[in-house]
Amino acid sequence: MNYVYAIILSGLLALSPVASATPASDALMASYKAAGVVKADAATGKANWTKETRDADGELMSCSTCHGTDFAKSGKHHKTQKVIEPMSPRVNAERFTDEKKVEKWFKRNCKDAWGRECTVQEKAEFLTFFLTQ
Amino acid sequence: MKIKLISAAVLAGLLFGSQAAVAEESLLWALMTPLRQKELVPVENKLYKQECGACHFAYQPGLLPGKSWQKLLTHEALLDHFGEDADLDQESLKEIYDYALANAAEKSYHKRSRKIAISTAEGEPPLRITEVRYIKRKHHEIPDKMIRGNKKVKSLSNCNACHTQAAEGVFDEDTVSIPNYPKY
Repeated sequence: MNYVYAIILSGLLALSPVASATPASDALMASYKAAGVVKADAATGKANWTKETRDADGELMSCSTCHGTDFAKSGKHHKTQKVIEPMSPRVNAERFTDEKKVEKWFKRNCKDAWGRECTVQEKAEFLTFFLTQ
Repeated sequence: MKIKLISAAVLAGLLFGSQAAVAEESLLWALMTPLRQKELVPVENKLYKQECGACHFAYQPGLLPGKSWQKLLTHEALLDHFGEDADLDQESLKEIYDYALANAAEKSYHKRSRKIAISTAEGEPPLRITEVRYIKRKHHEIPDKMIRGNKKVKSLSNCNACHTQAAEGVFDEDTVSIPNYPKY
């Protein structure tokens, strides 16, 4: 019985607001949940962050190509060299405070890195991962 | 008298020489344009700066003619903006499009824009600022290793890597500092 509780609890935890959650990130998580996401695992988000696919130019691309893997540090656009502000909401207070902005960049960047839009499940996992950073 | 004659000859030579070099616009004509101003208008529109500047240097609208911006700034074109999705919502796109068109090269009396407007007046609209003849000519003497082979520059499109006042619309030679090549 304890086992069942543990599963339910971990499921709730996975979708519950974490320390660096913002009203916008809560709203986003709620919308992902409404779209059918039951469990969003930060570890899957973390694994996907460095998952590489080959882009149209034959270059291996992942989220980390531009953003890096240290969320406290800034990244760099792979083509334009433009500095990308840190992903960590603890370091960069502006992160995940604007729902529309988050969705805009999910759409653009999933396409840039993976050649397709991310699924709701993937976005929920990414966001969960981001908020732990 | 002799000195005067020589200096006149030198001046004439200079005038002639620079006219030949500035193929896009004659020096004489430039001097006769009373409204002409230096350099380039910096970006004044906040949304333009924010949206375009999110991924790359926010190129001033005066760096391309209107016919180029017309091609670049459509919903379809932005879905594949040099290989990337730079799609904007309708409202933002309209504001950015209108701003770019109103401040395109041919609308400006600033020196760089004038030259760009003249050098792109004929032919297909360039989609890249680096394809503009005037821009190409201005950079053709710089060795490849200082731009593409330079880790801190990588591309001619990375204006502000060397043009230290690019954001202010100043592209004067005196403000150039090429990373890793301080003495060039």
